[in-house]
Amino acid sequence: MKKKLLSALLCATMTMSLLAGCGQAAATGGAAGSTDTGSAAADSSEADSTDTAASAKAGEGSVYWLNFKPELDETIQALGKKYTETTGVPVKIVTAASGTYNQTLQSEMDKSEAPTLFVIGNAAGVKDWGEYAMDLTGTKIADELTSDAYNLYDSDGKLVSIGYCYECYGIIANPDLIEKAGHSMDEIKNFDGLKTVAEDIHKNAGSLGFDAFSSSDMDDSSSWRFTGHLANLEYFYEEKAAGSKWESCPESLTGEYLDNYKMLYDLIINNSLTDPKDLANGGHDAEAEFKEGKAAFFVNGSWEYAAVSGDVPNATMIPYYCGVAGEEKAGLNCGTENCWAVNANASEADQQATIDFMVWLVSDPDASKAMVEQLGIMPYKNAVESSNGFLKDAAKYEADGCYVMDWATNYQPNVDDYRAALVSALNQYNADQSDANWGLVKNAFVDGWATQYALADVD
Amino acid sequence: MKKKRSKTPRESIRKHFLLFMGPVLAAFSIGFVWPFIQGIYLSFCKFRLIKDAKFIGISNYVKALSDDSFMYSFEYTAVFAIVSLILINVLAFTVAFILTQNIKGSNLFRTVFFMPNLIGGIVLGYIWAMIFDGILSRYSTSILLETKYGFWGLIILMIWQQVGYMMIIYIAGLQAVPDDMIEAASIDGATRLQTLFRITIPNVMPSITICTFLSLTNGFKLFDQNLALTGGQPFIIQSDGSAIKTTEMIALNIFNTFYGSNKAATGVAQAKAVLFFILVAALGLYQLAVTRKREVQQ
Repeated sequence: MKKKLLSALLCATMTMSLLAGCGQAAATGGAAGSTDTGSAAADSSEADSTDTAASAKAGEGSVYWLNFKPELDETIQALGKKYTETTGVPVKIVTAASGTYNQTLQSEMDKSEAPTLFVIGNAAGVKDWGEYAMDLTGTKIADELTSDAYNLYDSDGKLVSIGYCYECYGIIANPDLIEKAGHSMDEIKNFDGLKTVAEDIHKNAGSLGFDAFSSSDMDDSSSWRFTGHLANLEYFYEEKAAGSKWESCPESLTGEYLDNYKMLYDLIINNSLTDPKDLANGGHDAEAEFKEGKAAFFVNGSWEYAAVSGDVPNATMIPYYCGVAGEEKAGLNCGTENCWAVNANASEADQQATIDFMVWLVSDPDASKAMVEQLGIMPYKNAVESSNGFLKDAAKYEADGCYVMDWATNYQPNVDDYRAALVSALNQYNADQSDANWGLVKNAFVDGWATQYALADVD
Repeated sequence: MKKKRSKTPRESIRKHFLLFMGPVLAAFSIGFVWPFIQGIYLSFCKFRLIKDAKFIGISNYVKALSDDSFMYSFEYTAVFAIVSLILINVLAFTVAFILTQNIKGSNLFRTVFFMPNLIGGIVLGYIWAMIFDGILSRYSTSILLETKYGFWGLIILMIWQQVGYMMIIYIAGLQAVPDDMIEAASIDGATRLQTLFRITIPNVMPSITICTFLSLTNGFKLFDQNLALTGGQPFIIQSDGSAIKTTEMIALNIFNTFYGSNKAATGVAQAKAVLFFILVAALGLYQLAVTRKREVQQ
């Protein structure tokens, strides 16, 4: 009898713990959802009175945004919460970890509660995910746009995704340090000027207490600055030489400007705080090096403005000067990978709620202010104006009649594989800067493009 | 009376079979059997999202088998699995043997040797990458630059992680060797080596079976340590621009195929995964059969 009681007790505990396990999982998993619905009920009367999203009443639709910009996460989580509080529409925002957006998107899109709002940022993305995006032509959010320049269309002319911000990249410079080293920003108008200044700073780094370039690590958190962004100069000048912008991914590259890429790359790695041989596994914090005044130059983009302008208020951005004829007229690299797409398979109510949320983000004074602070600028009629210094630099170059270097890099075929091979080749080159090793880089850069193009094109 | 008592537990177990086994069976079916069947089906499909899978026959298998990088990673993995199998088991047995010789502090050593097992593979990979590069950077190189560094680096990492676990299994086996057999051997005049090879090893054969099975399948399935330590670097950039990732093992190759490339590659990755399963299962079963034959009944 005692045994029976014991076994019954054991059974009970086992089932209880099992159930408890399930219960807990459900509770944590659904936490965001359930609190949102709670407040939805409480605030539903208020929803009608708020003007921005009056059409999306509580319970009619919900928003699930799969965000791919980790630095934006904190801001939009807060905005999502605020939106739910004011309108009652449940908003769920998930941010994919750096470099894992595609994986996350693939698994999330397969779920029954798939993202209603996600990012299709480039031509390859349109090819892969375009069929899952609704046509945004004529929607309320499309009407808010001030520019069509950042929108992505598929081959049938469907408006697959629309830009929610644009960015620029180049070389961030600290004018104060450059003056301290006895130079001025006016000297840097082309590659020779940049080279003179950088090499001089590097030569005297010991006495100056700072070096020319911050570290250019080749680990995943940093290599994209060179395999993605810096590489753009090669693509762009190739495009420019051909006379027209790429409309789709070209089958192959000529590589005629690869030497210019090499000149600037060599300058960056050889006049830096870190020995090029130590870059492979990373571990240096280039942003901190620049902020702390240990380096005068930092290869990055406008999204860094919020992070660096506090410590380096005079920070300014200069173009990729790389020895191309006429580069005195070069501007910054401007474009975007930040384009919203709305899930075509979501219910109509969810699509509507999502579009209303997007409109709110770009037109509500407080919300758009928070977004612009993080993103730099938003090409929407009612968004607040940008205070981003680097974007102002970009606008100034343009006003001065300089050419904008568009983001040809967005066409990189099979982008992850292409860049991974380039990283491996650059690692070899960093350890031993021989012609043979540069040959590897050339293979990865130029031949790799054609190979990946052929692979990506297989259906 | 006696008969009744021996019958009762079995009967009640039978009666409550579902209660005990049901949750496990359900979890096993949901978490393993169903995805497994679906995975096999998907290997014959072209898909971006699973719900949109389109049946296309065996062309995924043709592509998988004609993929140079898959074949390369298969060979690399096989060499890795064999080398790690031998080294891990020899070392684990040696350590276990020493620690069962009544030396002082052996409990402390057992704990210390076991501890690396408690650290996750990704963390280990990054930590060891730093350790290796700390040394290699003195010689102006890096673990990411030479295939052989990547290979031996991963072997060292796996030994460090796995020896402690295998050691515990061997210790259990060694402690179960009957003392009277050893005593009888020494009375008969057997040397220590003879005792080891004729008495001890045949008696711990069950442990050897388990350990070799575990280390062989671990070697083949290795993923996170591989991803974190080298991620496949260095690549051989072939003249046509395609890259062979020289330290990429088979599981990482499947992962990279699935997420790295284009729309059509997800099915190919599934096909690779099915081939991989067949391979590991066949090898594991074969190895079990061979070592089981050598086990002795006490």
